[in-house]
Amino acid sequence: MKYGNPDTYDFIIDSFMSINFIEVRTKIPDPRVKALKKQLLGYKNITEISVSDIYTIEKKLTKNDLEKIAKLLVNPVIEEASINETKLPPNTDWIIEIGFLPKVTDNVANTVKECMEDFLHHHNPSRDDKNTNFFSNNANNEGVYSIFALYVSGILNESEAKKIGNELMNPLIQRISVQSRKQYEKNGSMAKNVPQMSFQNHVKIDEIDMNLNNESLKKLGKQGIPNKDGSRRGPLALDLEQLKTIQTHFKKLGRKPRDIELESLAQTWSEHCKHTIFSSELDEIKEGLYKRYIKGATERIREQKNTPQDICVSVFKDNAGAIIFDDEYLITHKVETHNTPSALDPFGGAVTGILGVNRDTIGFGMGAKPIANFYGYCFADPNDTKPLYKSPNKTQKMLEPKRIMMGVIGGVTKGGNDSGIPTPLGFMYFDPRYKGKPLVFVGTVGIIPKIINRKPSHEKKARPGDYIVVVGGRVGKDGIHGATFSSEALDSGSPVTAVQIGDPITQKKFSDALVKEARDLGLYTSITDNGAGGLSCSVCEMAKESGGCHVILEKIPTKYPNLSPWEIWISESQERMTLSVPKNKWPAFENLMKRRAVEASVIGEFTDSGKCVIENDKKLIMDLELNFLHDGCPKKILKSAPYNVNTFSSKNNEIKLSEHNVFETKYPQSQSTASKKNTSKSSQAEILKNSQSIKKQFDWTNQLLQMLARLNLTSYEFVSRQYDHEVQSTDILKPLQGRGRVNASASVIKPLYNSQKGIILSYGINPLYSDIDTYHMAACAIDTAVRNAVATGANLNHLALLDNFCWCSSNDPERLGQLKEAARACYDYAVAYGTPFISGKDSMFNDFNGFDENGNPVKISISPTLLISSIGVIDNIENAVSLDVKMPGDLIYILGETSDELGGSEYMNFMNEKNQKQFFTNTPENASNSIEKHIQNSLENFIQNEIKINVPKVNAKTNKKLYEAYNHAIQKNLIASAQSVGLGGLAVALAKKAIAGQLGMDISFKNIPTRKNAKECKNPSTDKNFSALLDNSNETLSDMTLLFSESQGRIIVSIAPENKKSFEKIFKGFPFAPIGVVCENAEFTIEGKNGTKILETNVNALTKNYRKTFCQY
Amino acid sequence: MTKPQALIMTGYGINCEEETAFGFEKAGAESKIVHINDLIEKNDQLKNYQILAFPGGFAYGDDTGAGKAFANRVRHHLMEKMLDFVKKDKLVIGICNGFQIISNLGLVPAFESHYDSQKVALTRNVDGRYLSRWVDLKVQNKTPWLKGIKSLSLPIGHGEGNFYADPKTLKKLQQKNLIALRYVRGEICEYQNMTENPNGAIENIAGITDETGHVLGLMPHPDRALFFTQRPDWPLQKEKLKRKGKKLPCEGPGMRIFKNAITYFS
Repeated sequence: MKYGNPDTYDFIIDSFMSINFIEVRTKIPDPRVKALKKQLLGYKNITEISVSDIYTIEKKLTKNDLEKIAKLLVNPVIEEASINETKLPPNTDWIIEIGFLPKVTDNVANTVKECMEDFLHHHNPSRDDKNTNFFSNNANNEGVYSIFALYVSGILNESEAKKIGNELMNPLIQRISVQSRKQYEKNGSMAKNVPQMSFQNHVKIDEIDMNLNNESLKKLGKQGIPNKDGSRRGPLALDLEQLKTIQTHFKKLGRKPRDIELESLAQTWSEHCKHTIFSSELDEIKEGLYKRYIKGATERIREQKNTPQDICVSVFKDNAGAIIFDDEYLITHKVETHNTPSALDPFGGAVTGILGVNRDTIGFGMGAKPIANFYGYCFADPNDTKPLYKSPNKTQKMLEPKRIMMGVIGGVTKGGNDSGIPTPLGFMYFDPRYKGKPLVFVGTVGIIPKIINRKPSHEKKARPGDYIVVVGGRVGKDGIHGATFSSEALDSGSPVTAVQIGDPITQKKFSDALVKEARDLGLYTSITDNGAGGLSCSVCEMAKESGGCHVILEKIPTKYPNLSPWEIWISESQERMTLSVPKNKWPAFENLMKRRAVEASVIGEFTDSGKCVIENDKKLIMDLELNFLHDGCPKKILKSAPYNVNTFSSKNNEIKLSEHNVFETKYPQSQSTASKKNTSKSSQAEILKNSQSIKKQFDWTNQLLQMLARLNLTSYEFVSRQYDHEVQSTDILKPLQGRGRVNASASVIKPLYNSQKGIILSYGINPLYSDIDTYHMAACAIDTAVRNAVATGANLNHLALLDNFCWCSSNDPERLGQLKEAARACYDYAVAYGTPFISGKDSMFNDFNGFDENGNPVKISISPTLLISSIGVIDNIENAVSLDVKMPGDLIYILGETSDELGGSEYMNFMNEKNQKQFFTNTPENASNSIEKHIQNSLENFIQNEIKINVPKVNAKTNKKLYEAYNHAIQKNLIASAQSVGLGGLAVALAKKAIAGQLGMDISFKNIPTRKNAKECKNPSTDKNFSALLDNSNETLSDMTLLFSESQGRIIVSIAPENKKSFEKIFKGFPFAPIGVVCENAEFTIEGKNGTKILETNVNALTKNYRKTFCQY
Repeated sequence: MTKPQALIMTGYGINCEEETAFGFEKAGAESKIVHINDLIEKNDQLKNYQILAFPGGFAYGDDTGAGKAFANRVRHHLMEKMLDFVKKDKLVIGICNGFQIISNLGLVPAFESHYDSQKVALTRNVDGRYLSRWVDLKVQNKTPWLKGIKSLSLPIGHGEGNFYADPKTLKKLQQKNLIALRYVRGEICEYQNMTENPNGAIENIAGITDETGHVLGLMPHPDRALFFTQRPDWPLQKEKLKRKGKKLPCEGPGMRIFKNAITYFS
C-alpha cells in the first residue's frame, strides 16, 4: 500500500540562469571533519575528508549582488567562498552532497534568505506586502536551499561511497548525490539543480461516500481516504464503531461528509488526542482509569488538604499542570513523549518533541515562560547493529539503535539550547525491547505570575467576536497525520509525512514576543499551542471557550501553494500558536509581532454558533456541530484480563521469532505465577542457602565494577555536557555533581533572581519490574520520584507528580490488565504520600511490527513503561543537598530497610545477560572446563527464576514518616550529602557517592536494617494489615541481596561527626543505621553481614568503570 | 549620583538578556532590555546609555556561523550609531554569542580604532559539540571591565567558542596587549579534574578587548555566576564553611565584572 500524497519531485535544470550557488569552505581545519572521521572510523580506506556548505539561490541576480551576498555568508578570518563553482580539494575521489527534500524545513536556508532580504533593505515580515519581499513566498521558482558537501579521498568503490552517504543522511527528509570525481567533473555539483515539486492537480474538496460495507469502512479507517490513483491518504485511525457513528451522523444530516470533516473528526477522536484507552469504561470501572485513579487521586488529596496546603492551581485541564510556587508565582510542568517521529527521524523527531512541550508551557494559561527542560530516553543497546526492517524482503530498514540514540540526543541539544532553556536533568535507560520503538520523553517547567492584568493567569477564555490568530511558522505538508499515526503501531504503512523538522528560533521569537510582552499588555484573551492535529485541534479546542468558530481557510499562511484544504487544516507544521485576539487589540498585536519579526495572521473569528465552520473561497467546506466533534465519539467498553508473567513469551512464539525477541531468552520458565507464589516460601530458605554457598564464587568487587559500566548505571556526562544547564542563570544543583561529576537523579533550580526559593525536579522509572508486576512497578516509580526529590531537600507537602504511561499492544486484555494495576498503584501511592498528579500523557501502542535480518516477521513490544516525574519547591536553595560525600571522617548512614527484592533488578538483568553470553559461548571446544560453570549457571538460573517475583514493594506509610523526619534533618542542616538508593541497589549508590566525592569509604553491612519481603500486600493506603505483613525481625539476607537489592524507601546520607547526636535523635524509632565512614584515602571497602571483607577496591577503579562505557561518545 | 544606564540588546534568538540585565542592576546600574528592531527604529536612543551589552544566545540559530547573521543586521542598520557609541568614553561587552557578534562586527580587537573590520573568529569547538561547564580564567590585560581581578571562574555554554586568529593578528594582539582572558587550570578545573581549554581556542584565549579596553568580548558568562550557589563546588564549600562556623557568601564570581562597569562611571 502506498501512502501519502503522490506528489513527486524533479530537478529543474537551470536554463534561465536564475540558479546560482555559493560554496563556503574553511581555510583552517573544520572541526566537523574530526567528528565525521570518528563516525566513519569503520571505513579504513578513507584517507582524507573535507567539508563545505553550499547555498543554492534560485533567483536572478547580478554578479555584483552575488558577491555581496557571498560576503554575508563568509567569516573572512577563517572562510572563503566561491560563486557558481565548487573548489574540489586535491585528491578528492568521491563527492557526497546532502540537501533537504522539497517541503522539508531548511532552517539554514531560511536564515540565509532572511539575511539577504535584510541586506537588500527589503525586509518586511508582513505577508500583506508580499510584493516588497525579495523572495516571493508562494512562487515556485524562487528560494534558497542549503547543501552539505563532503569530499572524500581514498580507494573506495561506488557502493562503499554510497554507504557512507547513507550513514550521514536520512532519506525521509534528505536528498543525496554521490559522485566519483569523474562524474562530478562532468555533471557538477548537486547545487546546480533545484528540487522542485511537481504538484498533482488537486481536488479542492472531496465528498466521501460512507455508504460502505464494514470491510470497506475498516479499510477507510486504517488506510485513509482514497486518492484518485488508488493510493490512500494515510490512516484516519478510526475504528468501525466510530466510522459507523459518523456514517449515522451524516445520514441524519442528509449529506456526505467532506474530506476535511472526516479528517478533522479523526484528529479529534484519535487516541493521541482523546486518550480513549485511559478514559473508556474498563471492567467495573465505569468512569475509566484516568478519572478514577489519576484525576481521582488528585481530587482526593485536594479534599484532604485545606486551602492553604492545597498546592494545585490548574490540573489536567490545560496544556500543562500548575502548582503554587510562592505568593506571586505559579510553576507549571508537562512531560510529553515523541516516540514514533523519533524512531523515523531521530534528530527532527527530538527537536520537534522538545519544542512541542515548550509550547505546552507557552500555551499554559495566558502563557508561561519556559524555565527548564527535562529529558528521558529509552533506547536499545547502541552496540546492537542487527538490522530490522519495516517491510518484507529487507526493505524499509529501521535506523540502528546508535543512530537513533545520537540523533535524539542531538535533536534535544538543538531544540533546547537554541531556545535558551536550561536542561538540568534527564536520564537514559536501555533495554532491547526499545529497539522497535524508542521512547523519547521531553518535559518543560514554566513559571507565570499568579495574577496578570488583575486576572488569574491560569484562566483564559476566547470570546465570540475575537479574531482567531495564528502566530509563528507557516503550514506545509510536514506532520500530516501525526496524531492518528502515533495512535498506532509502527509498521510499513507509517507515512513519511509524519516527520517534521523544528525551527527553534522562529519559536523563540514568538515565545519572547508573547510571554515577555503581549501577555502583560493584555493583547489577547486566550492562547493554546498547535501540536497534534494542528489547527483542527487547537482552534476547535479554543472554540469550546467561546462556543464556536468560523475559519476562512485561504487566510492561513502556507509555505507553498497547492495544499489541499484538509492538509492545511490538520497539518502539524511546527512552531505555531493559536490565539484569540479582541478586534480592538488586533492593531497593537499585529504591530508588536511585526516589530519582533513574528508572522501573525487573522484566520477567522470565534463565534457562539455552536459550530465549527470553515469556508474556502467563499464556499462552505466544513460545518460540524462542536458537540458532535468533541463529544460524539462513541464510548468504548474495554475488558481486561489478569496478567500472567508467561503470556507474552508464549504469545510471541506464535510469530516466527528470531534472536530479536528478547522475551524468549529472558523468561524461559514455564511455571505459572500462581504456582510460583505457592512454592516461594519454601524455596526462600533454599535460595538463601544456595546464595550463601555460591557467594564464594562471586567476586563482588569485580561485579560492582562491571555493574557501574552497565548502560543503565554508567555516566552519561557527554549528554549532560552538551545540554546547556546554566542558561537563564538558575542552575543550583547541577546534572553532574561533585568532584567526580556523577549524574544526579534530582536537580535544583532557582527561577527568580530575587528569591531563595527553588524548584526540585526528579523522576522514577522501572520498566523491568513490569515484567513481574505492574502494580509494584508503578509504586516503585512513584516512591523513587518522590524519594529522589526528598533526598535533595523537597518537602512532601510541596511536591507534585506527573505520569507518562508508555504501554504496548493496548488492545490486548492482559496488557490492559497490567495497565489497570499500574493505574491503581498510582492512586494508592499518590494518595498515601499526599503528592497530587498535576498532568500526564500516555502513548499506548509502542509496538513494532516488521522483519528481522532474515526477513522473518517480528513483533517487538516495549515493557510497559511508566515515567513518574516529580516537581517540588524548596524554601531555601542553600539547604539543598548534593550527592557527593564531602569530608573524610564523615559518618555514613542508611535510612530505610533492605529486603530480599532482587526481582527485576539491574543486577538480575546483569546476571541474565551474563548467562546468555556464557550459554552462547559454551562451544564443545571449551566444554571441558564448563562443568563448574554449568553448575554455577543452573544455580544462578534457579535463583533468578525464583527471586524474580520478589519485585520491590513500597510501604508508603512508613516511608512518608521517614521522609518527613528526613526533611526535618535537612531544615536543621544536618545532612552533608544524600543519595536515594535506586537501580543497582546499595552497592551502586555507595559507589556513586564515593565517585562523586572522590573519597574512599569504609562500609559495614553488619547493622543494616532489613525486613522480610511483603509479598501479598497490594494496597498500602487502605490495607490495615500492611505493616503486619512486614516482619521487622532482622532477617539474615545474603550479601548479594544487601549489595544489589533495589528495595525502595532507602536514602544513604553522610553527616559531619559532630552532628551524630542530633541526627540520630531525629530518626529515633525509624529503621536506620550507621554503616561506615568516609575515608581520607581512596580505598573503598565493604564488610559483609558476617564481618568479613566482601568487597575491596578504590575510587579510581570505580570512577574508571563508571565512565568507561560512553567515554568514546 | 545618577545610575549608569545599561542597554541590553535582544532579539532573533538572543537569550541571556534577563540575567545580564539583572547583573548590571544588582551592581547598581539601570538596565533596559531593548529589541534590536526597536533600536533600529529609534536608533537615537543609544546615546542615552553608558553601557551596551550584547548578551549570549543563539541569534538566528547560529546558522551560517554564530553571530554572523545578527552582526549583519547591526552592520546594515545600526553601524553608524554603534561607532559613535564605542568612540566615546563608554563601555561595551559581548558575552558568548555577544562576543561572536562583536567580533564579526569588528568592535574587537579594532586595531587602530578600525571598529568595522573583522580580524578574529570564533569557530566550532574542537570536538564539534556544544559544551556546558565551568572554566578558570586568568586576567591578562588592563580593561575597566576586569579591574582588580587576577583570576576568576565562570561557566561557558557554547558550540562555537574556539578562538582563532592568523599568526599576524595574534602577534598584534599580543603586542598591543589586547588579550583579556585566558583559560587556565584553576580551582574549578582542579575540583572536577577537567582540562583548562574547553574548546581548542588558540593560545587559550577566552576574551579580548579593543585598544581602549572599553570593549570586552568574552566566551564565558559572568551573567551565569551571579550567586555563590551557582558554583559547581558550592555544596562542598558550604560544608567547609559551616564547620568553621562561617556563612555562605552571597555573590558569585561574575558579579565582579558587572560591578567594575558601575565603578567605572562613579
